[in-house]
Amino acid sequence: MSELKLYEVFIRAKSGLNHRHVGSLHASDAQMALLNARDVYTRRKEGVSIWVVEAEHVTASNPEQEHEWFDPAEDKVYRHPTFYPLDKEVENM
Amino acid sequence: MYSQGLTDAKGQEEPADLLAEFQAKIDREEKIEPRDWMPAAYRKTLIRQMSQHAHSEIVGQLPEGNWITRAPTLNRKMILLAKVQDEAGHGLYIYSATETLGVSRDQLTDELLTGKAKYSSIFNYPTPSWADMGAIGWLVDGAAIMNQVPLCRASYGPYARSMVRICKEESFHQRQGYEIMTVLARGSQAQKDMAQRALNRTWWPSLMMFGPSDKDSKHSEQSMKWKIKRFSNDDLRQKFIDATVPQAEHLGLTIPDPDLKWNEETGHYDHGEIDFNELFQVIKGNGPCNKERLQARINAHESGAWVREAAAVFQQLQSEKNKSEAA
Repeated sequence: MSELKLYEVFIRAKSGLNHRHVGSLHASDAQMALLNARDVYTRRKEGVSIWVVEAEHVTASNPEQEHEWFDPAEDKVYRHPTFYPLDKEVENM
Repeated sequence: MYSQGLTDAKGQEEPADLLAEFQAKIDREEKIEPRDWMPAAYRKTLIRQMSQHAHSEIVGQLPEGNWITRAPTLNRKMILLAKVQDEAGHGLYIYSATETLGVSRDQLTDELLTGKAKYSSIFNYPTPSWADMGAIGWLVDGAAIMNQVPLCRASYGPYARSMVRICKEESFHQRQGYEIMTVLARGSQAQKDMAQRALNRTWWPSLMMFGPSDKDSKHSEQSMKWKIKRFSNDDLRQKFIDATVPQAEHLGLTIPDPDLKWNEETGHYDHGEIDFNELFQVIKGNGPCNKERLQARINAHESGAWVREAAAVFQQLQSEKNKSEAA
């Protein structure tokens, strides 16, 4: 027998926070995935909102190319405030 | 997760530079994530340990499920139901984390039902009295917490994260068990005796939950190096004994070990010899309830076949419906 589809589960713990990945589960369709996610991942009020996404619809960057992929951000120190020295007299900016 | 379909480098020599970088990453306390390169043996060790862990959560529902219909009050029944439901949830968290290693849920289930995969030996003991619900929560979940807290820092990210969720819930399990014991220990003589007998039954098997002694533990050294494991079996066992003995004394219950005594010098309790032969026998399948537990899982799987079939047909119909709506 073939397995049911795999869904990734994301939960917003409370309003004001991002949805966050918490795990996955198998279900026939999105409705069943939502229902199961509620029963499995929010038994103690861990969430106020749930997203479920079919795992096969997630496109991910390749960890083997992690270095090259994120390299463009590595040598741009001038993008950080600490790159700019402040005179002592100007205390906070 | 989105890592399924990874294949192990079977029989192939793994590149030394990758191995070195992998170990360096672990030594820097960086987590390994599903699609990162990892040695085949690391993956294999995790699949073995995590699936055993998940199976233990699932089979662990059975000894307590035994008392749901006979819980002494409605309150106790609701608590026990919630606890057993938690165990099912814990199984699911860990199964889902195990699947990120590229193994399918069907395969994991199959390995449990065919006896190929193991689960914790403790669940092969019977629960003849209500007091066993107390002893299990207090001691078995207590021992599980000792094991699982360090696993929250395991090097494999999905495993560590599932452990964080589980540890948050285990504390309720242990406390409700200790509360059952407290009520019995302060009740009639018959209730007190019942609590003592449950402690007598559960004490040694719960010490065995930490696994063989360090000198005989075949997986330990490599697992420590990979930071899947943080403390040795004997260290965790000692920690558990040191924490638990005062809790028993507080209730006026006696730990069934005549050699147990406080050692001023070491700052730990000395304990009598553990009969590891019993542990190995239970692991081999010769415990009091091995056959019954496995049969219960097989029956549940077989009688649930129609649900899985219906869900599969429903999935098919839903996806056809979605396609025709999109067209």
